[in-house]
Amino acid sequence: MRITCPHCGERGNEEFAYLGDATVRRPDDAGAARPGAPEFERWMDYVYLRDNPAGRHRELWQHVHGCRAWLVVTRDISTHAIFSVEDARAAALARPSLVARDAAS
Amino acid sequence: MRYSIFSVLREAFNGQRGWRPAWREPDPKPAYDVVIVGGGGHGLATAYYLAKVHGLRNIAVVERGYLGSGNVGRNTTIVRSNYLLPGNTPFYEWSLKLWEGLEQDLNYNAMVSQRGVLNLCHTDSQRDAYARRGNAMRLCGVDAELLDREQVRALVPILDFDHARFPIKGGLLQRRGGTVRHDAVAWGYARAADQRGVDIIQNCEVTGIRIEGGRIIGVETTRGFIGAKKVGLACAGRTSQVAAMAGLRLPIESHVLQAFVSEGVKPLLHHVVTFGAGHFYVSQSDKGGLVFGGDIDGYNSYAQRGNLPTIEDVMEEGFALIPSLGRLRVLRHWGGIMDMSMDGSPIIDRTPVEGLYLNCGWCYGGFKATPASGWCFAHTIARDEPHPLNAAYRLDRFATGALIDEKGSGAQPNLH
Ligand SMILES: Cc1cc2nc3c(=O)[nH]c(=O)nc-3n(C[C@H](O)[C@H](O)[C@H](O)COP(=O)(O)OP(=O)(O)OC[C@H]3O[C@@H](n4cnc5c(N)ncnc54)[C@H](O)[C@@H]3O)c2cc1C
Ligand SMILES: [Zn+2]
Repeated sequence: MRITCPHCGERGNEEFAYLGDATVRRPDDAGAARPGAPEFERWMDYVYLRDNPAGRHRELWQHVHGCRAWLVVTRDISTHAIFSVEDARAAALARPSLVARDAAS
Repeated sequence: MRYSIFSVLREAFNGQRGWRPAWREPDPKPAYDVVIVGGGGHGLATAYYLAKVHGLRNIAVVERGYLGSGNVGRNTTIVRSNYLLPGNTPFYEWSLKLWEGLEQDLNYNAMVSQRGVLNLCHTDSQRDAYARRGNAMRLCGVDAELLDREQVRALVPILDFDHARFPIKGGLLQRRGGTVRHDAVAWGYARAADQRGVDIIQNCEVTGIRIEGGRIIGVETTRGFIGAKKVGLACAGRTSQVAAMAGLRLPIESHVLQAFVSEGVKPLLHHVVTFGAGHFYVSQSDKGGLVFGGDIDGYNSYAQRGNLPTIEDVMEEGFALIPSLGRLRVLRHWGGIMDMSMDGSPIIDRTPVEGLYLNCGWCYGGFKATPASGWCFAHTIARDEPHPLNAAYRLDRFATGALIDEKGSGAQPNLH
């Protein structure tokens, strides 16, 4: 498996560290939340629950032995084929905030 | 047919023509009392104990491939009960006790070999941690011995004791630990369950779970709908997928672990030995090959194969521990897909869907758990409540905070 870093080019996966699912969102809300409350469910979702699909997966990797940038890699988990690699910061800034998302839905 | 010295002798004089298949190949019936999804070690053991301990007669195990095609036939065969935390220690010790009587119980040679599991330590702080673990084990009635360097040398002379970075300072030995022939575990449970009337249905993939009014009514499969009053999931690396059919989202990621076998050599290593400075474990099979493995690759995968950096890492750790490994060739290597849970511990529990039960999250340590997992899961399904031994393996522990994190690495599955 080789990952093409947008800054450094194509490298072996041993240069990268894996964090996990890039679609889960750290809740914006601070403060305590009781089980059942929407904030609590958001934290549960973020910390513990995963879709774990057997196909396309957006995931966070860091180029630790290269430029150290955080990246969002879109990969087929069943074949290890990589579809795209983006800069994580740009991808994160492009998302609406969770509160705004919940308010809109 | 009962297997014994007499059946072996009789067939020796009979040209080996009298052996019968070890289990039937039935077509699925329209409905069962209990359907177990997944014909790995855990699913087969569950069906066996449901029939034997709880007296249920109308049970099926449905398996998408052939028996033993999953992790039960891919693991490095190590069994042990050297756990530290409450919730784990009594459960794994019960499993080891079941292993000790398994072959007589099943009338099947599973080559249970209590050759001892030796965890090496390479620093003073690691020795302290092993002393603590050994004490915790002994408080639960589990055997554990702390060995110094010379005691380790007497047992396993081929190790590199004076490695410049990772000298061996001693080890924690569990003599009752060892290895069990993994395929034979699947076959032995399958045969014994079949003899008690369990239908084992291979090449039958569950593709949907039918629920009516919050209650399970059966499973859709590639061989048609099968009705069921209760359904138990024991599908190892694929649990997230199958549970999603019932609308569940689980605290699990699927990861790949690789394993390796060298060419066969004369007896060299009599124990299971683990390297404490990294993650490497090795034993010698009865055929003579060294069976070994290390860390998971570390990224989500359903591919049943890993990548070269992990292979290189495992080999380097092996050389650091046993320099003479460098003269051997690796014959085969493969990968298996495991449910890595968020705290590194398993789940055996009921679910919010009435009649649906969950057995998952075994990470890379579920082979040793096979008998106790089947035993506890059968209890949970038959009685509709957990046995005290699996009472801590709840699905809601992630919400309540009652996690069982042996390694203390947090909700990061690739670090457990
Ligand atoms: C390389 C490797 C080394 C390991 N080493 C050890 C070790 O030394 N010691 C130890 O204790 N543990 C070890 N493990 C872990 C252990 O093998 C697993 O935790 C354990 O085998 C999982 O339980 P099982 O036997 O029921 O799984 P499996 O044998 O994987 O059974 C699950 C079954 O479910 C079936 N299934 C999946 N989806 C469906 C569906 N939709 N419908 C029907 N059937 C389905 C699969 O085909 C599979 O046969 C290792 C694992 C690996 C991969
Ligand atoms: Zn880079």
